[in-house]
Amino acid sequence: MNGAAGSQPVPRSERAQDTDALRRRRLAWRLAALLLLGLAAGLATGAGGFSPTRFWADLHGEQAWLLFGEIRAPRTFGAALVGALLGLSGAIAQGLFRNPLADPYLLGSAAGAALAVVLVLAAAALAGATLSLATALWLERIGLVVAAFCGALAGVAMTLALARGAVQTLRLLLAGVVVGVLLGAVSDLITVAWPDALRGKQAFMLGSTGFLGHSSLLLLGGGLALLTWAARRHARALDALTLGEDSAASLGLDLARVRLALVLMLSLGTALAVSQAGLVAFVGLVSPHLVRRHAPGAHGWLLGASAAMGAALLLGADVISRAVIAPQELPVGVVTAVLGGLYLFVLLQRRGQP
Amino acid sequence: MKRPLSRRAWLAGPLLLAASMAVPAAAGGVALRDDRGTEHRFAAPPRRIVTLLPSLTEAIWVLGGGSRLVGVDRYSNWPAELAGLPRVGSMDDAHVEAIVALAPDVVLASASARSLDRLEALGLRVVRLKSETHADVRRSLQRLALLLGTPAEGERVWARLEREMDDAALRVPAALRGARIYFEIGGGPYAAGAQSFIGETMARLGLANIVSRELGPFPKLNPEYVVRAQPDILMGVRAELQGMGARPGWGLLAAVRNDRRCGFETLQYDVLLRPGPRLGEAAALLADCLVRLGKA
Repeated sequence: MNGAAGSQPVPRSERAQDTDALRRRRLAWRLAALLLLGLAAGLATGAGGFSPTRFWADLHGEQAWLLFGEIRAPRTFGAALVGALLGLSGAIAQGLFRNPLADPYLLGSAAGAALAVVLVLAAAALAGATLSLATALWLERIGLVVAAFCGALAGVAMTLALARGAVQTLRLLLAGVVVGVLLGAVSDLITVAWPDALRGKQAFMLGSTGFLGHSSLLLLGGGLALLTWAARRHARALDALTLGEDSAASLGLDLARVRLALVLMLSLGTALAVSQAGLVAFVGLVSPHLVRRHAPGAHGWLLGASAAMGAALLLGADVISRAVIAPQELPVGVVTAVLGGLYLFVLLQRRGQP
Repeated sequence: MKRPLSRRAWLAGPLLLAASMAVPAAAGGVALRDDRGTEHRFAAPPRRIVTLLPSLTEAIWVLGGGSRLVGVDRYSNWPAELAGLPRVGSMDDAHVEAIVALAPDVVLASASARSLDRLEALGLRVVRLKSETHADVRRSLQRLALLLGTPAEGERVWARLEREMDDAALRVPAALRGARIYFEIGGGPYAAGAQSFIGETMARLGLANIVSRELGPFPKLNPEYVVRAQPDILMGVRAELQGMGARPGWGLLAAVRNDRRCGFETLQYDVLLRPGPRLGEAAALLADCLVRLGKA
């Protein structure tokens, strides 16, 4: 894969920066190619599994618009958008907390969003109108997003309160784990108390792109555009934060305001992704990692590249989830957890060696 | 679509098993072998029974053993006469202490779960009965009848279920025989395939299933599979069915556009989803809906 150029023990000269720029350009091309490949594979993978010949036949069949326009295209692009949102949120979280382990899941925001969604589903089930990801209409989706956003914010707020701010990284991560476990337990409790709420929840908790339609696309796309714009405006602030909070403050950064804005952004990104596709783990953690490993750079680059990486990863995972046991499906969250877990496993193994 | 399995084929299996499950018992006692192959001998028919599955609760009731039930699982909600019984959790989280305190002669459960081993270790008798197919239901009825000391009851109840299913089949409008059904379980979407007991009931009513046997009893399908299969009739929870038109691409399904749907309320849905002595009632519910669709 990538050469060992970046690990040469030479001082950071102009040449090293040149190679970094080169690596970034190379990664950008690779990501673009991967995205195109992923989108093509997503469109070619249907209930019959991955099959280009069948794709061709379907494309000329009577149901072409139904299959591609209504089902596969929204689902495939939706997977890419959810992945991008998670990748972007992960990059924001890791920059904000200057910790490569920070991700929407570790900060309690995903757990908060998930709990809020479960509450909405449970309330709806108790009210007699069972709504689930599958039957969610436009308004219900908005309702779920708003609830998920509030939940995500509450989750992060609890984490920050428990950690007494984001100053001590270790404390913050521990607090995030505690909050995640707590909120997860409450959501489990709800499912035990009201088994009716379970029906919609199980599929949701495992993550699914199966019912992403045009309305979700609009929501996810709009959210991603807004977040990308807002995040890029804060790219310089994130760069300054990597120097440490004191240095950042000495550069004239209003730390409180910047932190709040970044937390809001990462909560919104998580909430959008979770409310539309359920819990899809590891994409937010792994994407920024992969980008930094293969082509480090400032946040102006990192944010966008992590989003693209997340999109490519989730596209791949989605295709796998649809193709492996077609016409049955694996929950996409399980696929990402397996792939992400394996990646971290290999990474730790390598780090462990002298 | 595959033809439903012939009735003789699925009757032969349980008959052979039925012959093998009765083991010689001492005078006045009962003895039977459960689905794990464990042989159970009781000096007398059990007088205190705990059930961990709604279908088993219902089976004991129908077989006339309702008065012997001392505890049931949390999902058992039929018949209403049992509402006052202690609830002892469910298969996944049986309240071991509560069950032991009830001092049952026997605990009735489905296949393995960790809590069952615990109950056995505490000296309780756990009879494990599989209920995945019609054949399983029939076999379980026979065994439970044996257990209650009224061995003839099992076949009598089963014969009644057969009659009820046949009656329901006769009511299916001729135009809907062979209609291709999609029966959804939960919003996953999971489907009831031809291999499941629901699929077997549908086959008895002369209906076809868009989910063939190879896919297993309850596969989680790619939603596209359903759209592609163009089922004639959709079945499932009422609220879920009403929202189907909003799923991507599903609005164009003929069954959605022409409202060819059988939606069931929770209590009816329970009947459909339990492989127990209300199979006949379940078949009647399906037939009711088909009659309604046939008139429209």
